[in-house]
Parts: sequence; structure tokens; C-alpha cells
Amino acid sequence: MQKELWKGNEAIAEAAIRAGCKYFFGYPITPQTEVPEYLSLRLPEIGGCFLQAESEVAAINMVYGAAGCGVRVMTSSSSPGISLKQEGITYLCGAELPCVIINVMRGGPGLGTIQPAQGDYYQATRGGGNGDYRTPVLAPANVQEAADFVRLAFDIADQYRNPVMVLADGMIGQMMEAVEWGEMEKRNLPAKDWATTGTKCEREHNIINSLYIKPEVCAEHNEHLERKYKALEENEVRYEEVNTDGCEVLFAAYGTTSRICRAAMKMLADEGIKAGLFRPITLWPYPYDALKKCASQDSIKAVVDVEMSLGQMMDDVKIALEGAKPISFIGKAGGIVPTPRDVADAAKKALGR
Amino acid sequence: MTNEIIISGFGGQGVMAIGKTITEAGMKEGMEVSWLPSYGPEMRGGTANCSVVLSDEPIVSPIVLEPTELIAMNLPSLLKFESVVKPGGTIFVNSSVVDQKVQRTDVKAVYVDCIKIADELGNSKVANMVMLGAYIEAMKNLSTDTIKEMLVHMFTGPKAKLVDLNIEALKRGAACVK
Repeated sequence: MQKELWKGNEAIAEAAIRAGCKYFFGYPITPQTEVPEYLSLRLPEIGGCFLQAESEVAAINMVYGAAGCGVRVMTSSSSPGISLKQEGITYLCGAELPCVIINVMRGGPGLGTIQPAQGDYYQATRGGGNGDYRTPVLAPANVQEAADFVRLAFDIADQYRNPVMVLADGMIGQMMEAVEWGEMEKRNLPAKDWATTGTKCEREHNIINSLYIKPEVCAEHNEHLERKYKALEENEVRYEEVNTDGCEVLFAAYGTTSRICRAAMKMLADEGIKAGLFRPITLWPYPYDALKKCASQDSIKAVVDVEMSLGQMMDDVKIALEGAKPISFIGKAGGIVPTPRDVADAAKKALGR
Repeated sequence: MTNEIIISGFGGQGVMAIGKTITEAGMKEGMEVSWLPSYGPEMRGGTANCSVVLSDEPIVSPIVLEPTELIAMNLPSLLKFESVVKPGGTIFVNSSVVDQKVQRTDVKAVYVDCIKIADELGNSKVANMVMLGAYIEAMKNLSTDTIKEMLVHMFTGPKAKLVDLNIEALKRGAACVK
């Protein structure tokens, strides 16, 4: 397989096209603007539609419309823009519309900064919209994964009739790395017989809606959604373990920070300390059981949660560990990437050295 | 073997292009590579830089804090990054615009009169390629043939005449390394 050099944002855009996405609605914002820029060139070439909406709110509702027609559709933005899309996301979940949402995170809160951050963890995993809904969240740690996860996200979205988010950050979006465009594993996806494609007077109307005014019906709808989320929790959990066998200290980190941890692990190895990494790939559904099992090894004296936010993923690490091991935190928010030295020192402190 | 390189200069001097060329050449030669640009509102008229890692093992972090090589295309870049270069590393200085010498004695310094040489070649835009030629000659981690192949691929049609110009720029840069 030939390796090609791709910028993260452009790889995300190209991956969408390779996944059969012909429709994109968005609004520019740093550090993800290369996604719409690339698609504005490429989608017209393949008979698709690129549309720069008047706002993020408009864009997510255009996604709702296109998804309702049964086509593969994507939107992308960065943190403040994703905040604006929250209403649309809960409507998409309520109406069970598959789509892919890219968030290339930057520092917050508010307008924050354009540098990389991971401060949208709560928003992505808990949801910023109303109601009991869930969106699967895939967190790439390099450009290859960014490309792979976009294609995977479309499949998960179609299989479960649900929006799927790919949560990257400014560093993954802006950097260039080698990408191999291998074939993805084929899934047997259900037919989109619910889509509003025209009845041709041959069937009943399909109705896309999230309004269930009778509470009994709405409750039933919620239970139906809950069964779907349970199936996602059963089937779609993903994670990676690096060097965890017999390690003394275990890092928990995702995306860019997992790479900083790996650099810290090398430093610690030079100092005679064996450190391991547990990297959640799906932030929801979170790999609780796998993390608990991994951290339960007797050799592990401390777990260190590392983020480019101020302890948001800590909640999930605590839920997973149920108090079994001491957990400490190191991280920076607001556009600063922690250094490997900071992370290595935090591990030593956690070990009492 | 891992090279961690910071390439820095004014926006428009082609620092991102030097980085991308080194990165792509490294990939074509089978190395693990990463390219990470600085990005921000300060880029126009200000100093921009990118970090490149070439390695024979998987790259953990693309962030370069202590470069093994620094390419300083302007004075602010030299002032900003000279102190963090790894001992034993190499600093490449665009002496056309940087009138200061490298102060440290534990690193190697290579001075390249990029703009003067580019002007002699009749096109000041190849100043960055002159610097790239010096880098490749000094580090010997990439083959000039790989870069030549990339140039042939990059410049086609009416731009094909730029291939020879760029190759000449690489050669003249290489000649600056003693």
C-alpha cells in the first residue's frame, strides 16, 4: 500500500468522500477550515453539494434535511461552532438521523483560542443538547486514524441511525503524516427504507420527526433509543493499550495527549520506570470494563489521567476504576499542550518518587 | 536515528515548503515522518515555523521541543530557537538576512547566503531551496535524487522549466556546506 502525505483536516475531508459522502454543510472556523476548503473543491467534481451555510446553526439543520433524505452527509467545525450545533444534534438523535460531525477542538470556553485543546469532552460524551440521547465519539490520535475513523463513523451512523462524532484537536487537524488508504471492513448496513425519498404513490409517507407529544409514545421512543445505545455500548467500544503488561504507572489519555504520554513513557523508561498507556478510542461508549481490567494489575501503583482540559475525562476514569487505584491528574487547558517532561514528572509524583 | 527539525522564518520565505519537502522526501525513503505547523493569527508578516520529525521508528509526538537541527531563515527565529537546539545539533542560518552569528559553541553552525545565491540564479523565490540543498548536504539523511523526483512530479507543463532551476538551487546550497 502506497503511503501519501496528508494534512489531518484534508485527510478527514478525503475520507468522507471515500465513504460515499456527497453532501457537506458547514461554516469556516480555525483550526478545521481545510475540511470545508477541500470539500468545496472536490464535492462539485463528483456531483455532490458543498454549501457554506450562513451559520453553524443553519449548517446542522441542513445536515438534518439531507440525512432525512437518506444520503451520507457531514458537517465539521471547531469548539464554539460545535456549541452552536448542539440543538441540531439532539434533534438528529431524536429523529434517528445518521450523519457524521467533525469537531477539531480548540481552546475554550467561549471563543477561547485557536490552539489545540480537549475541552469539549463533556459536551461530546454527555451531550450539550436536551434529552436522553447519546452520540458515539471516535477520538483519533494521528492522521491515519482520522482518515480511518471518518469512514468508520459513517458506517456506525448508518448501522445505528444515529449521528457519530469524530473528536480531533487542532494538532491532528493541522499536522501532516503518512496515510495509507486501505479498504475498510465492509459492514452489512440496513436499508434506509425510512428516508423521505418520495412515495411515488407506492407506499405510505415516511415522516422524519422528533416530536412525540403523547408522553406514553415519547417514553416508548426513549426506550427504543436506549436499546440502541445499549447495543452501541456492547458492540462498538474501542481502545488501545500500550506497554501495559506489568507497568508501575498507567496513563489514561486520548488523542493528542496519548502521544505526549508515549513520549513521557520513553523518558520514564530511561529512568527505570515502566509506564503504560490506556487510550480510549471511543469516548462514548467509554471502555470502562477494559480500563478497570487493565488497571487492576497488581503492578500498577498509580493511574494518571492526562488531558488538554482540566479533568473532564477524570470522571470516566473514576467511574471505571471504582476507587480500586489512586488516580491523579495532569493537564493544561486553553491551547497549551503539556510537555512530555510535565507528564513524566506527574507520573513520578504519583508513584511518590 | 531520529531528526527533529524546526524550520522558522517570516511568512512567505517558504519555511513550510522546506518542511513539507523534507517530510515528503523522508516518507518516500521509507522513514516515519510528521510535519506540524505553527498556526495562528500572527502568521502574516510575523514569524512562522514548522516542526518536522524523521525517524526509523514510529513517531510518538510530532511536537519538537529540542530540535536536532534548526533552520533559521530570519533573525527572530535564531533568537527564539538557538537556546533549545540539542547539544551537538546543527543550526542553519540564512545569512542574507541574519547578520548575527550563532553564539553557542556546542552546536555546528552552517551559514547560507540564500537570497544572494537565489538572485544569482535569477529567481529570489528559490532561496528556500538553496537552504534545503545545504540541509541535505550537511545531514546526509535524504537523497537529492528523491527531491529531484518530487520536483519533476510537482512542476509539470509550463512550470517544467522550474525543475532545473530548483535543482541548481539545491546544488548551490550544498556547495555552502564545508
